[in-house]
Amino acid sequence: MVLQEKAVRPAAPAPRRAFLRGTVQVVGELLITAGIILLLFVAWQLWWTNVESDARQSQVIKEFAQDLAAPATTEPAPVASAPPAGAEDFGKPVVGTAPGHAGTIGIMYIPRFGPGYTRPIVQGTSQDVLDTLGLGHYSNTAMPGAVGNFAVAGHRQTHGAVLDNIHTLVPGDKIYVQTKDGFYVYVFRNNQIVLPSRTDVLEPVPTQPGVTPTESYLTMTSCNPRFGAEERIIAYALLDSWRPASAGPPAEIAAQVAAATGRS
Amino acid sequence: MYAWIFRHLPGPLWLRIVFALVLVAVALVLMVQFLFPWMSHFTQFTDSTIGSADKP
Repeated sequence: MVLQEKAVRPAAPAPRRAFLRGTVQVVGELLITAGIILLLFVAWQLWWTNVESDARQSQVIKEFAQDLAAPATTEPAPVASAPPAGAEDFGKPVVGTAPGHAGTIGIMYIPRFGPGYTRPIVQGTSQDVLDTLGLGHYSNTAMPGAVGNFAVAGHRQTHGAVLDNIHTLVPGDKIYVQTKDGFYVYVFRNNQIVLPSRTDVLEPVPTQPGVTPTESYLTMTSCNPRFGAEERIIAYALLDSWRPASAGPPAEIAAQVAAATGRS
Repeated sequence: MYAWIFRHLPGPLWLRIVFALVLVAVALVLMVQFLFPWMSHFTQFTDSTIGSADKP
């Protein structure tokens, strides 16, 4: 090996100049390497994290669907029978108990974001949840259907970009939350762009600290602008209706629910 | 530096090319697994929460 090295290397001039030339060459190569690594990092952040998170989130939905399927086998009869027409009022929504950190609460369907939009809602807003598992539920806020504020956070870009299109919501758009108890239908009301320090958007009545809530809110937070985090974009929605799991999914999202959970 | 590494890889030319590709692949895996997640802490645009991001 040593012989080979000598054979390939050009005849060295003075030893000092050779040392200088070698040093400059190594530094140059290291700088080029650093540049390539930075470019790779951009590709990783903007593209590869989405690939990874999408795969992980489909897995979370699959696992959640399996948990759903298990209890349903014990009582198949009420599921199969179609609910009578007009019987759309199922009373007060059932509020589930909050799972532990990183436990799956349910699935969110937002038809405005595309027919295939299904993302898991997972307990917690720490980086391990938001980066891989999907929408993170602020664990100090209400559960879906409860009177108060059900608040979730999601990435605008990178790591699945779960709320990339949050700015395209139009007042009146339906946002569906499926838990093991049933389906909660929220209706989008408005957007707001705030500074990251505005924790009052998570209050039981958003932006009104100290007020006792009488309605069920859904609040979604994401970064704003799309490739920055100087601000937060907030989407507020109000609970419109709910259906117990035994009544089946709302007709508008029946196909998505069937595709996501493998059953209608 | 890279020329020096390439010269010190054993075997005939084709084997050295294979070795070099393997080394590049290993470097890529290490970057994706460890370096990039660490670097992402220094980029701002992934923070989507209100208040402290590390709040559980």
